[in-house]
Amino acid sequence: MNKLSVAALAVAALLGGGSAAQAYELNVVHWWTSGGESAAVNVFAKEFDANGQDHWVDGAIADGATARAAIMQRVLGGDPPGAAQFNPGREYEELISNDLLLDLADVAKADNWDAVIRPPGIAAACHVDDHWWCVPVNIHSWNWAWASIPAFKAAGLELPKNFDEFLAGAPKLKEAGIIPFAIGGGQGGWQVAGAFGVIQTSELGLADREKLLKDHDMTVAMGEKQKAALTVFKGLKQFTDDGYAPRNWNDTTALVVQDKAAIQIMGDWARGEFGVAGEKAGVDYDCLAMPIDAPTVSTDGDVFVFPKQSDPAAEAAQKRLAALMISPRVQALFNNAKGSMPVRDDVDMSLADPCMIKGLSIIKDPANIQIAGGRWLNEDTNNQINALMTQFFSDDAMSVDEAQQKYADIIKNAQ
Amino acid sequence: MADLTVPVAGAAPPARRRRKIQFQAIIATIPMIGIAISVFFVAILFTIYWSFTKSGMFPGWVWVGLRQYEILWNTNNWQIAVSNIWFFGAMSLVINLIVGFLLAVFMDQNIRQESLFRSIFLYPFAMSLYVTGLAWQWILDPNLGLQVAVRSWGWTDFQFAPLGDPKQAMIGLILGGTWQGAGVTMAILLAGVRGVDQEIWKAAKIDGIPTWKTYLYIVIPMMRGAIATTLVLQLTGIIRTFDLVVSMTGGGPGIATWMPAMYVINAIQSKLNVGQGSAAATMMLAPIAVLLFIRAIVSWWNKRSAGMNVS
Repeated sequence: MNKLSVAALAVAALLGGGSAAQAYELNVVHWWTSGGESAAVNVFAKEFDANGQDHWVDGAIADGATARAAIMQRVLGGDPPGAAQFNPGREYEELISNDLLLDLADVAKADNWDAVIRPPGIAAACHVDDHWWCVPVNIHSWNWAWASIPAFKAAGLELPKNFDEFLAGAPKLKEAGIIPFAIGGGQGGWQVAGAFGVIQTSELGLADREKLLKDHDMTVAMGEKQKAALTVFKGLKQFTDDGYAPRNWNDTTALVVQDKAAIQIMGDWARGEFGVAGEKAGVDYDCLAMPIDAPTVSTDGDVFVFPKQSDPAAEAAQKRLAALMISPRVQALFNNAKGSMPVRDDVDMSLADPCMIKGLSIIKDPANIQIAGGRWLNEDTNNQINALMTQFFSDDAMSVDEAQQKYADIIKNAQ
Repeated sequence: MADLTVPVAGAAPPARRRRKIQFQAIIATIPMIGIAISVFFVAILFTIYWSFTKSGMFPGWVWVGLRQYEILWNTNNWQIAVSNIWFFGAMSLVINLIVGFLLAVFMDQNIRQESLFRSIFLYPFAMSLYVTGLAWQWILDPNLGLQVAVRSWGWTDFQFAPLGDPKQAMIGLILGGTWQGAGVTMAILLAGVRGVDQEIWKAAKIDGIPTWKTYLYIVIPMMRGAIATTLVLQLTGIIRTFDLVVSMTGGGPGIATWMPAMYVINAIQSKLNVGQGSAAATMMLAPIAVLLFIRAIVSWWNKRSAGMNVS
């Protein structure tokens, strides 16, 4: 501990008047800044403060990449945050290998995380050989399309039941002045790459997708199915608008909320935006589980890691927060606000809306679980794919064959 | 050459006194020198070292030789970023210099309210490039800005939405960059223009040389120093172009407006690949190092010619 923080502590002790029951302030870094997201994170903050011993110090930083960089720099600089959000996968693997994270094994054992967290694929991101390096707080699935019912009505159309129906109706939507396919190219292209991922899953199927992304199988990478996925995806470009290039994801969702656009392929965090805008599922908007013929749920989502602290009081507060995040009551409240699914079955889902019920019914069958690409590919590879997909989508000079070759090269060189 | 140095050698006594003052000055500036060396120089050395390592999320020490550079030059984003910086750099440099010079000439015409105009032209420079980029993104947005405005004035098929087109997006960036930087160029060049002796103007008038010719053939060559200063200022600014692009296009459409500095930040922050980011940063340092070298030569040249003028 340096002199400055000792001095700060002394001042704090003076100001506190020596009261023994000082709330422990735990700084939590996350990137939940949109309307629906901050409503969800407030559940954590409120419940944590309510236990009487702790205080949640909010450290929201817009944009995941920026937040992760801030977390890294604070860890490197010796001032790690009390808790930090990550996406499950390989983003925090170096934090683990450098022994910078608190092992939550005793909390997990006491609360029997092993048994309550389902499906098993979710726990695998945190549970590595008897160690628990993080707490999974939700299941997010990329495999959704969000449709504006009034937008389709305005063009005299029913909600599409399959992809071909959507393509057939798209010109009519365009005539009616509605953007048929809303997408945003901002923030490094993850929205474009994510939407492609959903179409890729539907063309390849889960088995071939795993071969491609996990085993780096070149026959799949150069195969006809991958080519079909790229062709279908590029075909959607004519149905988007001129202003898509720098748009953020929530601004894209806002187009669907305002019925200016018909459909957006986006993970279920978009549901929170509809909720904040006061829209009702089934009336104002609908959620189409993707791939539309055989819906699956991807194991994306969020986890919290707890970087090691020198202060034992901090460690106790970290463990209290970890236990709280996964408790049934908080899981229900948090996930309802967030639009995600709880990581355990025994929670009160009476508040769940039709979209979440749809998701929960899909997740019941383990065959419908789609492992998130981020479990297999590191951030370097993911960013290369993001860049390639956004380039392919925007640049009409890039052919499908060229994009397929480049995609294959990225997968081949992935570590 | 040899006899030119003689009068300089004759000025030895004052030079000795100056040396004493320099000694004290060095002691006084030692803390600053220490900071400069430890913060800048050491940081640069570390960056260069890490560019030869396999550093991922954290800086590491596993040596991989030139592997990071190999990956770098085979990456599409970097190739595009490099060709963009040449185009963006050359265009902004030329346009900025021309616009700045024309503004300086305009200011030099004994206009009324000169200080008001100077403030207006300099004002954009006081704004951060990020805000500049955002403002121009809105101005160039086809649904919000210029295009809609001109169409509402009656020119209904007016089309100017460069940021949505991969081939034209650079034009938008150059526009924003020039708007921000031309004022400073003007201020420096105006000082240069004003530094030209009035006697020269009178002589040119008497000889019947038109004003534009006087500017072009007499004034500009005499402003070498001012022009060199603006060039160096502009160039270093161009090489680290980052916030303008991030706020204006985010590198898009697609990856059409990526810049080297963006690649560095993306590699370190998003890709969690410090080695790759360091390699790109080292590549960015190379042209700056060349520039500094050129500037050193120029100032040496200036000193030498100044020395010749004195004798």
